[in-house]
Amino acid sequence: MFSSTMSSINDFVVRFANVNGTGSASANLLFAKSIFRMGVPIAPKNIFPSNIQGLPTWYEVRVSEKGYLGRRAGIDLMVSMNPQSMKKDVESVRPGGYFFYDSTKPLQESFIREDIHYIGVPLMEICNREYTDARQKQLFKNIVYVGALAVLLSIEFEVLETLLKEQFKGKEKLVAPNVKALNLGADYIREHYSFPLDFHVERRDLVGDMILIDGNSAAGLGAVYAGASVVSWYPITPSTSLVSAFEEYARELRVDPVTGKNNYAIVQAEDELSAIGMAIGANWNGARSFTATSGPGVSLMSEFLGLAYYAEIPVVLVDVQRAGPSTGMPTRTQQSDILSAAYASHGDTKQVLLFPSTPKECFDMMADAFDLAEQLQTPVIMLTDLDLGMNDNLSAPFQWDDARAYQRGKVLSAEELENAKTRWGRYLDIDGDGVPYRTLPGTHPTKGAYFTRGTSHDEYAVYSEDSDTYVRIMERLLVKLNTAKKLVPAPEFYQDGKQSDTGIVFIGTTTHSARESLDQLKAQGIPCDAMRLRAFPFNEDVAAFIQDHDRVFVIEQNRDAQLRSLLVNELDINPSKMIKVLNFDGTPITADFISSSILKSLTTV
Amino acid sequence: MSYIKPKFHHPLLPKNKLGYTRKDYEGSISTLCAGCGHDSISAAIVEACYELNVEPHKVAKLSGIGCSSKTPAYFLSNSHGFNSVHGRMPSIATGANLANCDLVYLGVSGDGDSASIGMGQFVHVVRRNLNMVYIVMNNGCYGLTKGQDSATADRGSISKGGDATLFEGIDLCSLAIELGATFVAQSFSGDKAQLVPLIEAAMSHQGFALINVLSPCVTFNNNPGSTKSYEYVREHNEALAGIDFIPVGDEITTNYNEGERVEVTMHDGSVLRLNKLDHTWDPQDKLSIIAALKKSQQAHEILTGLLYIDRTSVPLHTMLNTTETPLNQLKEDQLCPGSKVLEGINAGLR
Repeated sequence: MFSSTMSSINDFVVRFANVNGTGSASANLLFAKSIFRMGVPIAPKNIFPSNIQGLPTWYEVRVSEKGYLGRRAGIDLMVSMNPQSMKKDVESVRPGGYFFYDSTKPLQESFIREDIHYIGVPLMEICNREYTDARQKQLFKNIVYVGALAVLLSIEFEVLETLLKEQFKGKEKLVAPNVKALNLGADYIREHYSFPLDFHVERRDLVGDMILIDGNSAAGLGAVYAGASVVSWYPITPSTSLVSAFEEYARELRVDPVTGKNNYAIVQAEDELSAIGMAIGANWNGARSFTATSGPGVSLMSEFLGLAYYAEIPVVLVDVQRAGPSTGMPTRTQQSDILSAAYASHGDTKQVLLFPSTPKECFDMMADAFDLAEQLQTPVIMLTDLDLGMNDNLSAPFQWDDARAYQRGKVLSAEELENAKTRWGRYLDIDGDGVPYRTLPGTHPTKGAYFTRGTSHDEYAVYSEDSDTYVRIMERLLVKLNTAKKLVPAPEFYQDGKQSDTGIVFIGTTTHSARESLDQLKAQGIPCDAMRLRAFPFNEDVAAFIQDHDRVFVIEQNRDAQLRSLLVNELDINPSKMIKVLNFDGTPITADFISSSILKSLTTV
Repeated sequence: MSYIKPKFHHPLLPKNKLGYTRKDYEGSISTLCAGCGHDSISAAIVEACYELNVEPHKVAKLSGIGCSSKTPAYFLSNSHGFNSVHGRMPSIATGANLANCDLVYLGVSGDGDSASIGMGQFVHVVRRNLNMVYIVMNNGCYGLTKGQDSATADRGSISKGGDATLFEGIDLCSLAIELGATFVAQSFSGDKAQLVPLIEAAMSHQGFALINVLSPCVTFNNNPGSTKSYEYVREHNEALAGIDFIPVGDEITTNYNEGERVEVTMHDGSVLRLNKLDHTWDPQDKLSIIAALKKSQQAHEILTGLLYIDRTSVPLHTMLNTTETPLNQLKEDQLCPGSKVLEGINAGLR
């Protein structure tokens, strides 16, 4: 209902239906990037199966003059390259939309809808005629449809050619055949159809210095900048590419130019238990170390997260969330590990969480995570999701302040140990902030050694089952949590002061759609205040915002309203004013869904 | 409770080359049962570190959970220790070692900790050839939970309650050799003369060094019919060789005069001298030790001593081509590529 205001320029969704493993990904990226290069915001998303080859895969590009980067339902143009999914693909086109297909063979009668337009291009026939090699026929078919789409959507050919030249730098002889393929598709459209379509692209200057990158790569790069030197991991979708990105950047940026030796170490562990164990061992020994995983990995890492919490060892974990429970939908997105991460491990534990929403924030928060973990001597878990982690996202460019120094926290040097006037205690709170001083192995011949343990201990790290001692240490950990509230990234607000009695709260990848929904609601005469949480534990600003609003919509991507539960539980809020808006079908949440959910709730009150 | 021992000691106690006395390598008073084999192993560790002139603070002691994993509190009180979670010491050791290649990593585990809950981590730390000493204090039972069989209990071995173990026992030494371990030894907590030089040799080895030490549980597994009792192990212990460890620069003297002499020079120049008692076995020949172990199992003997050593051992750091400087000592300018590089990366993403 909200997307019906069809502006025909720079506002549409194209979906590509492909077969996994047919080389379509690079052609689709070429298409998306050409629009980005024309200065128009795009939001590409992969929708893919947990499979290597042969199953249906989709690639969706939302083009948005207004810069809305969330997913939008309703397909304006379906590029159908997969007979297997064709029935569903035909059905998914909005009335009045277009269905682009390979017309080498006639379309089945049952796929004909009266309310949509059909654009057939005999892709296979063209490729059979022009190319002899079977693999080339397959690969160039993808480029031929990009050429056809370029004419239909007014994408500048020079831009496509430039992109191809960049792509094949060093393999220049591949440029000409690709340009030829583009022209084959373009010529067919020019000869057989009127163009451009009623919706198409026009050059703008709307993306400025923004970059296009996936969140996992951004986080991997952030870890390089943050000084991570030991990385342990176990492969799991959708986090695997994060460590791969770290490795690629480290190979480029972290090899000693003189000796050729690596200023980093990466170990693929035997499982997630070992992956987090290695990261904890390295941090215990003074190197910045992290691991990345997804929900099932967090379950396995829970025991170790409890040890790191209680023995107060810094460690950084990235959880790229996917749809659970259990193996769930491994290639679909969700925000469903909020509670399992916040309270990871048995006994009383509270973990520090970070919620990035853009690649730039993945980069920044990775650096923040290491500072926080070392300042607080505790695990820090960055919760991203598949949508952010594995899709190219339009983002503000990365920045690094060369004056920024790593915050290594309270670590005593040999000199400080030597000159200490009072007895040092590993778990002694000298400063009243709940954060004690730690020492690293090998620092001093006779001072500062202690026994790190997950068993109950006193301020001097000596084993103790004394109830008073136990309670004292557990309460001191809450003092530390209060310190964390001051150090973690503050929430972001989208209005000056209070403008409305209704507030909305969200995290991470819900942000794009939530902000679009704010515009939609405002246009309907329902302005709302909004708060984006960026970290847990929640600070006073979070509590005040909720306090100030009569009703608060908590928008999230899981079934059980986990963020709402965490807010209610941690801030002692009356649950009745906290209204759930939940999308958990594995696809990214849309603004239309948020707006209609809020409207429905407001009108039934 | 761990008790802190008084620091006071006799001024005329002998000192090693670094000026440390044996006392400097001791830990808190043990809280294990009187007569526990583990305490003898702790004493052997103290002796080995003293003789090897190791700086106590340059050792990191790591353990999992169990009676054995408590022992790092009972030796080397000037070393950092890490009593981690059950069966997960190898991953902590791997991370710690990657962070700082300059320390000696001494892992202590038990049969439950290594052969049951931690089997996955044990197997993989062997594969990675992590430069560490891994001592298993093997008593065939779970002490802290009152004497259940562990996975190293031999089939048919009788527990204190009178039941025979139903399942095949896991032989960690054979397994480690199969997996490519580069130093594998077996010993008995009651044989300090053998155990001390083995620990010294293991500490000098570049790569993963396993010492499986039979260490009877006096409370739960020292009964007639048990194959891990003091009496049984003493009677069935077959030493492969007399053993001497000669640290770098020390004069070579020996306590043994019978048998065939083999000398193994370690990476650091120290020498392990073996007076072989079994002539079919060569410590650098994997097939000969596999055969010897199989034969000894059939004969219900427990082979002890250095079983296997691979002098071509390539430890993990070398495999990963990490820098000589410990990673935890790299400075920010070596770690952070800086803003200018980042601008270039941004440009490539437009």
